[in-house]
Amino acid sequence: MLVEGFQSPAQVDYWLVQGRVLFSIVALAGTGCFFYLLARRAAPLFRAAPDPRLDRLHLRLLKVLKFGLGQWKQPRYFFAGFLHIVIFAGFLILSVRSLSLVTLGISDHFVLPGLSGPLGAGYNVVKDYAATLVFLAAIIAALRRLAFKPARYAVPAKYGKAHTSEAVLILALIATLMISESLFEASEAALRAQTARVLPVFSLPWLLRTPLLSLPSSWLSNLHFGAYLAHDLTFFVFLCFLPLGKHFHVVTSLFNVCFTRLDRGILKPVRWGIPERQIDQVQSFGVKTFEDFTWKHILDFYSCADCGRCSDNCPANAVGRPLSPRFLTLKARDYAFRHYPLVGRSGNGAALIGNLYSPDEIWSCTTCGACEAECPLLVEYIDKIVDLRRGMIDDGNVPQSLQKPLKALESRGNPYGKLEKKRVDWLKAAEFRQTCEVKTLDHSSAARTLYFVDSATAYDDRLQSIARATARILKHVGEDFGVLGAAEKDSGHEARRFGEEFLFMALRDQNVEAIQASGVGRIVTADPHAYNALKHDYSGIPPVEHISQVVAAEVRAARIAFNPVKNSSDVYTYHDPCYLGRHNQVYDDPRDVLDSIPGLKRVEMARSRDRSFCCGGGGLMLFYEPKEDQRMGVKRVQMAAEAGANVIVTACPFCMTNIEDAIKVAGLEGKMTAIDLAELVDKQIAKEDSQVA
Amino acid sequence: MEILVCAKRVPDTSENEIQLNSAGNDIERDELVYSINEPDNYAVEEALQIRDRIGGNVTVVTVGGEDDEEILRREMAMGANQAALLTDDAFTGSDGRGIAAILSAFVQRGHYDLILTGVQAEDGAAQVGGMLAAMLDYPFASLVNSVEVLDGGKLKVSREIEGGNTELNEIDLPCVLSVQTGINEPRYVGMKGIRQVASVPIPTLSSSDLGIDQNSVGHSAAKVRRVDYFVPALGKGAEILQGSHEEIAGKLIELMKAKGGLN
Amino acid sequence: MPRIFAYVSHKDGVPDDVASELLAAARKIDPAASPTAILIGAGPELDSACSQLTASCAEVWRIAGESFAYPNAELVRKALARVLPPGSILLVAHDHFGIDLSPGLSVKTNSSFVSDVLGIEGLEGNDLRLIRQEFGGQVSARVRCDVSSGAVISIRPGAFPPQTNPPANGIVVDKSSDLGPLTAGRRYLRTIVAEAGDVDITRQPVLVSVGRGIQEKDNLAIAQELADAMGAVLSCSRPVVDANWLDKSRQVGSSGKTVKPKVYLACGISGSFQHLAGIKGNPFMIAINKNPKAPIFQVADVGIVADLLEFLPELTTRIRELRCAVR
Repeated sequence: MLVEGFQSPAQVDYWLVQGRVLFSIVALAGTGCFFYLLARRAAPLFRAAPDPRLDRLHLRLLKVLKFGLGQWKQPRYFFAGFLHIVIFAGFLILSVRSLSLVTLGISDHFVLPGLSGPLGAGYNVVKDYAATLVFLAAIIAALRRLAFKPARYAVPAKYGKAHTSEAVLILALIATLMISESLFEASEAALRAQTARVLPVFSLPWLLRTPLLSLPSSWLSNLHFGAYLAHDLTFFVFLCFLPLGKHFHVVTSLFNVCFTRLDRGILKPVRWGIPERQIDQVQSFGVKTFEDFTWKHILDFYSCADCGRCSDNCPANAVGRPLSPRFLTLKARDYAFRHYPLVGRSGNGAALIGNLYSPDEIWSCTTCGACEAECPLLVEYIDKIVDLRRGMIDDGNVPQSLQKPLKALESRGNPYGKLEKKRVDWLKAAEFRQTCEVKTLDHSSAARTLYFVDSATAYDDRLQSIARATARILKHVGEDFGVLGAAEKDSGHEARRFGEEFLFMALRDQNVEAIQASGVGRIVTADPHAYNALKHDYSGIPPVEHISQVVAAEVRAARIAFNPVKNSSDVYTYHDPCYLGRHNQVYDDPRDVLDSIPGLKRVEMARSRDRSFCCGGGGLMLFYEPKEDQRMGVKRVQMAAEAGANVIVTACPFCMTNIEDAIKVAGLEGKMTAIDLAELVDKQIAKEDSQVA
Repeated sequence: MEILVCAKRVPDTSENEIQLNSAGNDIERDELVYSINEPDNYAVEEALQIRDRIGGNVTVVTVGGEDDEEILRREMAMGANQAALLTDDAFTGSDGRGIAAILSAFVQRGHYDLILTGVQAEDGAAQVGGMLAAMLDYPFASLVNSVEVLDGGKLKVSREIEGGNTELNEIDLPCVLSVQTGINEPRYVGMKGIRQVASVPIPTLSSSDLGIDQNSVGHSAAKVRRVDYFVPALGKGAEILQGSHEEIAGKLIELMKAKGGLN
Repeated sequence: MPRIFAYVSHKDGVPDDVASELLAAARKIDPAASPTAILIGAGPELDSACSQLTASCAEVWRIAGESFAYPNAELVRKALARVLPPGSILLVAHDHFGIDLSPGLSVKTNSSFVSDVLGIEGLEGNDLRLIRQEFGGQVSARVRCDVSSGAVISIRPGAFPPQTNPPANGIVVDKSSDLGPLTAGRRYLRTIVAEAGDVDITRQPVLVSVGRGIQEKDNLAIAQELADAMGAVLSCSRPVVDANWLDKSRQVGSSGKTVKPKVYLACGISGSFQHLAGIKGNPFMIAINKNPKAPIFQVADVGIVADLLEFLPELTTRIRELRCAVR
């Protein structure tokens, strides 16, 4: 607003150039530069593989509201999350002000539509406080970076230098924007004294105004226009700096959230747009060069905010395996920056494995999903890892330790290479057979429910007791069930996630045929990997439940009763298996079951539910030999001990294997035991004739 | 370099699943899964690595019937350029010498610089490679665990000998080598590769194609024949030794001496 | 009766131990046989080895030549093909040299070939009845070999216990000049001896193997002492390697090495399938484990339920006492 004698930045002459001209040039150049940068950054997306992300727009908008604007995941790391929410909200609020400020240098009279009058006045108060809070948050954030150095920001030597300077620079730019805008306001208020608007108390402009009152008008004038110049330049520098590093997320984040995978449980196909029956057309499987990634994956690389939360929760990273999800993304992002430079031609696609990534880095992933659960920007990892593995499998680049079980899966339908007929040895055990006869579903025998055992539980001596316990539970609750017997093949869950798509399809097709032929209407399994496969990787089969869900339903319907635990001093803790908990959100059913057992004392580990720490992985991961400092299972067992537990309950045969192994390795034999949920339930079931009072 | 690998299809014995059939004259073959003899797979990988380093052609050959074709396909999926199946009713029942004679006839139809076999197959005979070399009058080296191509038509090969030691030799081409497992890390053969070669035609050659006198091969010509299989009586589960540590130690020492455990 | 020969390797002037086993095998073919030993080499070492064998063989053939200083199977094969009378049976050890030499030799002498024989039932006319193993030792096979035009038979070391032979007062016959000039398409360069840390457990006949039951790295010494006393080599299961107590090259199992020993001592090893998958050839297995329910006891031949930390030292002491007594 013009006041007599009071000039606006547009009118004033900056050295020889009138403000209006100067700032028009700055705005044009700045905006032009910004869009040029965006166009250069967009280049690889056009060369990338297809990825359909425009379906169900209403759901996508909800995601934007919840995770984008709502910053839903930020508070998981409370202090940093709080700071970020302040800065983010502040930016949203101040975006209006930024726009009007920029135009103020070009047009004196410009007022954004709707912002004259009381709404404008109200906005001015809000924006002043916003600027203050953003300024404070930026200072605190910078101090935190420089003095307290949270561990997850650290950059291991092999990945280069620390990223602190980039972070501090941006915070400095943000602080500069806030200060310069506040100085612009404060100096105007000081200049115009009574005719100026009232600055809100304790806001940054308000604080700055007081010392300015004692300055002569000419100084104030210069300060006023200087502040404007500073703000305008800083604004465009900041804008153009964004696409150059991790702060690109400021531009791309809402889009990244909008285009997120809505069907997280389902792996991406080998190539979007090519249905399975035409898969032989695809010459090269998986991701071998950068351009094999889909455009959304490349957008993911751009959108990474380098916050380190993924790697902080990655179990492979925690035990010293070569994998760090954060650097998987950052290395790809830097590759994109190098090979699609801002000036010059783009480089040719070089092989990723062996140059950007090592094979071990990619094989180390247990697909636990902790990274995806944590990322505030919804960056995806599992599809990328699986795609990279598909590429390695396609090239025959497979570690020897995995070749044997893969070949065994192909020839015998189980990774151990054992005979098909031995898949039912567990139910033939004489003692067991006397109390529980389990029928094999074939042309002469049918049932309502299929108990899908899967390879580990069926073949491993120690794990067979889980199968027997599950069978006894099903019998106890009156379920008419059977097993596929020797006709059952491995679910193929890990075969698929290790990149052997064809092998997975062969196993899946055999199982689907057998399941459909059996005529069952319901499937139950005690193996979360099988559960996940049957639920998400298979189609055309009846619905599947995990045994914990079955028992929980019985508990809720009061159709099952438990005896009190024998040893009342035992402290139990439940370990969420990745494929039951995080991937399928079954957290409460197993807990409800445990809590319904009389006298059972249960504690929660610090890392539980969707923050559960992977036991080490299942299926083919049991055969892989990672280079690591420690076993994941050992860390998990230590977590249980820290929580005060001496019994770990889990609901997955692979968790059982890894945790029992870990108890021995950690030297806790005798001090810690592990038991499967099914085994525990089976042990505690109160039968009518033997009910303990 | 023209490289020929002689391969054999054998039962997969990674699990202790070999049992006698009810008649007691053969092993129970009903539930057996067959695959390429593991040392032969290493031989193919070695051939492929040599070819990838210095150029050339890798051919895989086997003596057998229709069922044996699958290993040729698998090795082609792995990367071999050609394959051939030497098949004829007259070949059935050949002993090691007969097989070597058949392979020798095949070799002489072509020109191969290097012939590789696996060190031994499921019968543990470790014979065909050496016999083939002698029939062709080519130099031979067995238990090879590393191959280096030298200039002037020579190779430097190392052999695995007792005590973990290695014997270095220089050998002239053309030659025959029998290759030990562990010489390299065979590349993975994915199901995709197998699907892709599923319908590639594989040439077959009979005794007349090879110019072999039928009386010199096959069952009637075999000088070595297996009469039957048997399993020497084994106790079920461990015999738990009882007594004081001293007594047990004494018994154990006697047992170990008898079994060759104490040198 | 075909004439029986035994090819005997020698080192540093001493014939290989397996010589007496070859002679024992020869007597299984023909109890009345007087096998002739053949030694090929150079210098005084050859002479010394020959003369030692005269104690157990009526005739020892000596073939000397500079080119035989190191046994090159190509040259030896040509030499033997020239000196062996047609129709003779040659016995040779089934070791790295026998594998190199014998199949080609049978072709050059136009005789039959059977390898890795561990039992001889006898000679019936022209049919020699032998016993071999197949499928990694899972089954045994009876084999008939037509020896009408001779045979080359390789014998599994350790399968034929040496018998005490009547003193022979044999003579050494020199056959060196029966050879003409010999050339070979293969030349020996040198031998690389494995470093102490590089022991190849896959070639060891006796293994003392430790698992988690060893509990601490420091306790490995107990197992090593037993191995030393037995003349065996230390190996282990995966947990020991994971804990970085032993090098990966010592690991027996599906993700480690496959071993084919004659005797396998599993100490503090539970017997997981991954570990057992690395043991082939049906060795004599002794399991020592304090858990009587350990799966290893299902697979072992002999079991001892004891704490290995207590039992192994006692076993070591007794073996040492025994060796002192023998010497």
